[in-house]
Formats: sequence, structure tokens, C-alpha cells
Amino acid sequence: MKRSSFAAPYGLWMLVFTVVPVFIIVFYAFSVSGGVTLDNFRLFLEPEFVGILTFSLWLAFLCTLLCLLFGYPCALFLASRDMKRATMLVVLFVIPMWMNFLLRTYAWMTLLEDTGLINRFLEWIGIGRQRLMYTENAVLFGLVYNFLPFMIFPIYSVLVRSDRNLEEAAQDLGANSWLVFLRVTLPLSLPGVVSGVSMVFMPAVTTFVIPRLLGGGSFMMFGDLIENQFLTTGDWNFGSALSLIMMALIFISLGILHRFNPDAESNGAVW
Amino acid sequence: MNRINVVPRYLTKVLAMLLTIALAMGVSMSALADGEVNVYNWEDYISEGALALFEEETGIKVNYMRFTTNEDMLVQVRADPTNYDVIFPSDYIIERLISEELLEELDWGNIPNASNVLGWLNNPSYDPDGRFSVPYMWGTVGILYNTKMVNAPIDSWTALWDEEYKNNVFMMDSIRDTIGVTLKMLGYSMNERSQEALDAVKDRLIEQKRAGIVKAYQVDETKDKMIAGEAAIGVVWSGDAAYAMGYNEDLAYVVPNEGSNVWVDGMCVPKGARNKANAETFIDFMCRPDVALLNFEEIWYCTPNAGTIALLDEETLQDETIFPPQDVIDRCEFFQDISSDITRFNRIWLAVKSAR
Repeated sequence: MKRSSFAAPYGLWMLVFTVVPVFIIVFYAFSVSGGVTLDNFRLFLEPEFVGILTFSLWLAFLCTLLCLLFGYPCALFLASRDMKRATMLVVLFVIPMWMNFLLRTYAWMTLLEDTGLINRFLEWIGIGRQRLMYTENAVLFGLVYNFLPFMIFPIYSVLVRSDRNLEEAAQDLGANSWLVFLRVTLPLSLPGVVSGVSMVFMPAVTTFVIPRLLGGGSFMMFGDLIENQFLTTGDWNFGSALSLIMMALIFISLGILHRFNPDAESNGAVW
Repeated sequence: MNRINVVPRYLTKVLAMLLTIALAMGVSMSALADGEVNVYNWEDYISEGALALFEEETGIKVNYMRFTTNEDMLVQVRADPTNYDVIFPSDYIIERLISEELLEELDWGNIPNASNVLGWLNNPSYDPDGRFSVPYMWGTVGILYNTKMVNAPIDSWTALWDEEYKNNVFMMDSIRDTIGVTLKMLGYSMNERSQEALDAVKDRLIEQKRAGIVKAYQVDETKDKMIAGEAAIGVVWSGDAAYAMGYNEDLAYVVPNEGSNVWVDGMCVPKGARNKANAETFIDFMCRPDVALLNFEEIWYCTPNAGTIALLDEETLQDETIFPPQDVIDRCEFFQDISSDITRFNRIWLAVKSAR
């Protein structure tokens, strides 16, 4: 038996659950009640739909930026500890991910609402109620909270495997710690950053449910729109067209990211 | 009892979507056994005790699924009606399902308890010959408000556009209901479909959202948030109002003067249902006065069951939130099926939801 035949079940799985559905989506996207047409894509050009897409892209961009700003120092910190304590910390970061993100988002709802714990505390110390939930910032916060680990871990896994001798060599050659970071650590970690950015940006653009829960249904993202077409409106053709547009965007952003990756074959960015 | 129930709803939605995709691919689900009935009902809309009692007495296993709005349910039933044996659509959706020939005619010999249904609901406009549906509950759409958080008692839909209640209003995340109450506020019928009226509705809803009056668009969450005092005003169905008022005595419910929607949710069997006989047994069981009482005391919508009403005490019967007086019913109207115009309604709703 050839070794590659072990991959047959996986190949079949991919065929049935990835390739065939994509063709079904393409079929629906280019048809309306059986006839081939571009109407679904024309409909997408209406301002409200383009508006939903640009809003999603903008929010996903902000989310990725914030995740990078918080995630990079965090990964740096985790990677700099001696192994024993770091493992402990890494586990602490992983544990929340074991719980379904919906449950965690519901937990945030009870914390953020007007009569929630945070506001009760703010009232108690005399600051008074703040409007925390049902705002754009609440949605952004929910996204950052949910996707932060996907930024930290790729960067961490690259940093932790990079050769410490290189940093020491740079120090020996007279570089101060800032210069070591800028010229050695940062370039070495770029594959992790690229991987982290793609792992945050793409799911963030397509997110649904989180915006509805924390934004109170007032901030519709592209994922919500697609869900709405399939579940509420029942327009599978338009929904498929939207999904195709989404897929195209994902491939484009993957392509752009790929160009930034100095080490495309890197085995570090597996997370 | 239903506080935590909202969580799995999204999971069931996602699951339902995956299942329909699997079905579309021709992957057939395993045939369902004889002793089962697949029930597709609204979220928070039945007594768990009644379901357990049904399983215990009949030995038929209930596979229970939930939906949030009529439109969500309609999409799923259209995708494959045979997935469900009993569904709980509202009046205008029953009308739609009948016209699309998606319902089975009921065998009244299997549903003797249907005779308990109040006379005025026997041959309703949405099911003129009374062949396809048995009324389950009925009620109104109105405003639930917190008397401690408003200046004066509310009696008009215009309160929903009052800047006084900025960031203090829960609207309903349901197309027909929200567009309907806006039409009423503007003096139209809830079934108005002219583009002029719909454009006016769209403008008013976007204006309301941009002014920051709307706190959130939601359905099942509103009752619990109103109990907690999260907002001053919420658009709700009467049963949710009665339920919330039972937990927070500052809450009051009103069907505004302009009039509103009165609705009936029926029990129907979709075309080609796999367990039709079990479905009729289930419907009959739900019409038994003691079972209907269990449901009534759980969800607080008006029961159409004369046998159950006979079991209620005077105080409950006098409760105007649960049993609206005749003058309230007189200023309400049923939704009618809007057939293909639903696409225009959808567009308006998307424009409102995506407005910023």
C-alpha cells in the first residue's frame, strides 16, 4: 500500500465538504431561479451592501491593529520568561479558548450592560453609569477579545523557537537592547506576525453573532448579512454571491500578506 | 427557566444551516424512527413539563427545535418541509404556507380536543375553511415600559421616537412587527404596502436609529432586560410583557391608541411530514385543557382554549395584558400575507439595520 493512499479519506472529505460546496455556491451565486445571471452581483453594488462590507473591513482592520499592538508585547513577554513559568502563563492564555466563544461573549454582556457588574462598580465608586454595551466600541472590544489569542500564539511560537544566540551575538557586537529588537528579534518574528494578522483579520471580517450580541443588532457586519440572506430572507442566490465576494476578498488579502512574509516556507508560522 | 435558553439558539441556527447545506448536497439524513415527533416551535414558547408529560403518556419521543422569527422558520420549512412534523407559524405565515401548498390537511378525527378552541378562532381569515391549523396561542404587540423610567404613562407609538428616551428603547428585531408599528405610528394600516408608505417607514426608522434612541434590536432578550431595568421602553409581544411584569412590578404594558397587531400562532403539519399521526397526537395533546394550562402558565399568552379558560381564576381573567379587552382588540388588526412584496420589506429592514 502506497503511503499516499492513507490520505484518501482526507481527500474524499475535502472533495465532499469543501470542493463540492464551493461549486454549489458558485452555481447559486450566478443564477436566479435557474437562469444564469449577474443580478446577484449587481444587487451587491447597492450602497447599503457596499456600506456593510466597508464597515466590516474597517472594523476588522481596527481589530487586527489592536490585536497586534496588544498581542506582540504579550508574545514577547511570554517568550522571554524561563520555560517553566512561561508554560504556566501560556496555559492561562489557552484556558479561556477551551470555552465556546459565544458563552464568553454572553459573559461579557452581563458585565457590560447598564445594570451589569462593571457599571454597578462605577456607580459605587461615584463615577456613574457609562454606556458600555450596544456601541461600536463594544463590538470592537468583543472582536479583539475573541481574536487576541490568534495573534499572540503564532508570534509566540516563532519567538520561542528563534535562536537566542543571534540576539546575544548582536549584543556582543555592541547593539543596545532596542537595536537588538529592531534589527534581530522583529525581523525574525515577521512570519509569526503575518500568520497572526491573517488569522485575526479574516475571521474578523466574516464574524457574525458577536456584533449582534454586543452591538444590539445595530451594527451589521458582512457575516451577519450573509447569515441574514440564508436564514431570514431565504435568498440563497444573493447569499452565495456575497459568500463568493467574501472568498475573493480573503484570497486577495492572503496574497497581499504572502508578499510581506519574508520566509514563506517558514515552519514557525503553523499556528 | 428560560434565561439561559438564549445561548443554544445560535448554535441551533448554525446547526440548522449546516444541516440544510448537507441536505442540499444530497446527503440524506438517517430516516427517523416511528416513535418520534419533530416539533419546530418559537423560542421560550412551551412548558418543558408539558413536553415531558407528552413523552411519558404517549411514549413518543419529542425532537424539539426552536426559531426566533416567523421568517427564519419559513426559510427552514421551505428548504425541506419533511424535516418537521409540527410547526407553530403565525397567521400570515399560515396563509403563505397554504398558498404555497406546504401544509398537510389535518385529520380532525385524531384531534378531538380541538373542539376546545374558542368559536371566533375556528374559521379564521388566514385559514378560511379551518383545514390546516389549530390555534395555539394568541396575543398582541405593544409597548412594555418601566413606570419609574418614564415621565408619563405611554399610550402612543410616538413614544418610540421621543428624544426623551434616547438610548432607552428596545426595538423588535423582526421585520413585520417593526415595520408594522411604524406604519401604525404614521397612520397607515399594518398591511400597507405602497412604496410611499414604506419609504416613509424607512426614513423614520433610520432617523430613530441615528438619533440614538434605539438601544438594541432584539427579540427574546428584551423581556429579561426589561426586568433588569436595562431600558425604559421595549416593543414586545403581550405574553413576554405579562411574563416580565410578573418579575418586576414597575413594568406596565400598553397597546397604543393608534392600534396594533393582534395575532394567532397555530399548530400545523408541513407537507410530507414523516410522522403525521404522531404530529396529530401531539397537537391533540396540546389542546387538552390541563396541558394548555401548563403552557399558559409558563408563557402567559392568551390561550384560545375554552376548557383552559374555565380553569382560570377571576384575577387572571381580569388581567388586561393577558386577555385584552374588546376595545383593544377592536383597534388591532391581523397581519396579512404580503407575498412577493416581502423582498421590498427585506430591503427596507436591511437599510435600517445597516444605517449608521
